[in-house]
Amino acid sequence: MSFDDAYQALTDHDDDARWAYGTGFADPLAGVPTTLPEGVDGADLAAYCLMIADDALILSHRLQQWVTRAPELEDEMAIANIALDLLGQARLLLTRAGEAEGAGRDEDDLAYLREAADFRHVRLAEVRDDDFGHLIARLLVFATWRLALLDRLSASRDPVLSAIAAKGVKEVTYHREYAAGWTVRLGDGTPLSRQRMQAGLDAVWPLIDELFEPHPIEQRLTGVAVDPASLRPEFDAVLAQVLAAATLDAPAPGSATRDAPASGSATRDAPVSGTATHEEAALGKTPGRDGRHGGELAEILSEMQGLARATPGGVW
Amino acid sequence: MSAPGGELRSASLAMVSTAESQGLGGVVSAAESQGPAGVVSAAEVAATVTDPELPMVTLAELGILREVRQTGDGVEVTITPTYSGCPAMEAIRADLLRALRRAGYENAGVRTQLAPAWTTDWISAEGRAKLAAAGISPPGPAPRRAAGPVPLRLGAREEPIACPRCGERQTERLAAFGATACRELRRCPACREPFEHVKEI
Repeated sequence: MSFDDAYQALTDHDDDARWAYGTGFADPLAGVPTTLPEGVDGADLAAYCLMIADDALILSHRLQQWVTRAPELEDEMAIANIALDLLGQARLLLTRAGEAEGAGRDEDDLAYLREAADFRHVRLAEVRDDDFGHLIARLLVFATWRLALLDRLSASRDPVLSAIAAKGVKEVTYHREYAAGWTVRLGDGTPLSRQRMQAGLDAVWPLIDELFEPHPIEQRLTGVAVDPASLRPEFDAVLAQVLAAATLDAPAPGSATRDAPASGSATRDAPVSGTATHEEAALGKTPGRDGRHGGELAEILSEMQGLARATPGGVW
Repeated sequence: MSAPGGELRSASLAMVSTAESQGLGGVVSAAESQGPAGVVSAAEVAATVTDPELPMVTLAELGILREVRQTGDGVEVTITPTYSGCPAMEAIRADLLRALRRAGYENAGVRTQLAPAWTTDWISAEGRAKLAAAGISPPGPAPRRAAGPVPLRLGAREEPIACPRCGERQTERLAAFGATACRELRRCPACREPFEHVKEI
């Protein structure tokens, strides 16, 4: 099975499996011990795995929507690669969530057959990108936060979560570097690129506080989950480093532009566009983690789940 | 399949020294794991399977193949995935099982081992040489860091990456993400050719 050229290798098979990457997936955790660490509540661990799985799954879907739309071919490949890494992380985490839950659900059941209110991602993952500057701002914030999270999670008492996180650290390091590089190029670029990069930052800024708000499940899973509040100093330091190099300003607290959505956001639904104080109060501090999402999630799910729901169990 | 069983077997025997040179911790000896075919051990067979995306190198040379063990009534192969989302992992499992079946090991299984996470430091010297010969620049040492947050690198990297064609030492990065998750795209200012580089992780 050693070949002189790639074409020979590609044709040296008696089935068509390799022409259809993406079907008939085996369990991505095949052979990994499925036991739960002592004293850990399975339902809590499952809920926590869903949180960080859904962050990756939903943002991956948003990134995939950029394929064929990125400004350059190189960026198309970068965005697709980042989406693929996040999808891989989501698959492992969803599988772990299903094991911890113990109800026989696998990654596909969890990705394709849950209702919007059962998704647990932060709102930052689901919002629509107005333009490339917005995408880069969102990716910078997300990757900086997730890298800090995965880095600490690699010391989790759950050996499976720990292993998934340690692997993810290597991947998200590249994601953050990509987003930071573009933030600097756009911010320290032309007046127009600078303006659009700043507008992107302004748009994602109101969604940042949610990322660091501890959820009761995270607080109960001592030694297994990461307290998101502990990630804030690293996040602030990295953002300051990038914004300084990009000659951009961090939006002032409360200066959010969510009541003046940029073009393309006219149909953005509450809660993302909610401005009234009572609406904010009703959402609570961890809306995404509690399953309170905007209409933008419905749009994602109809696209992501439509085929799987139309042909249950279908493979090709 | 162009290679009938006999050819596969002799090719496998030629790979024995390669399998040994990988230092695969738990690889069983040929005597211990003789399958129904009688000649080629399961470890030797597994060591011949190439990567679906980089067919010039074997899974053993890439450090993806971690262990081949004789179990009670079969063979268990352990692999460590490279990137979380690498779609080649399914093909890798299938290729390993197919090769083992052809060599007579009907009862074989592939086990995933996530920790420790795969690193490009596990690519063997022979694997690196084959990558370079195919025009793909092999990775340098994987980044190591002290305790504390992962440092953010802004701007160009400091370590030079040589052109695999002409050997020019200073080349530039075109894109951090290439045709597969594990590669980046670079270009050489001397010979003016683009090339791929396996990213250090």
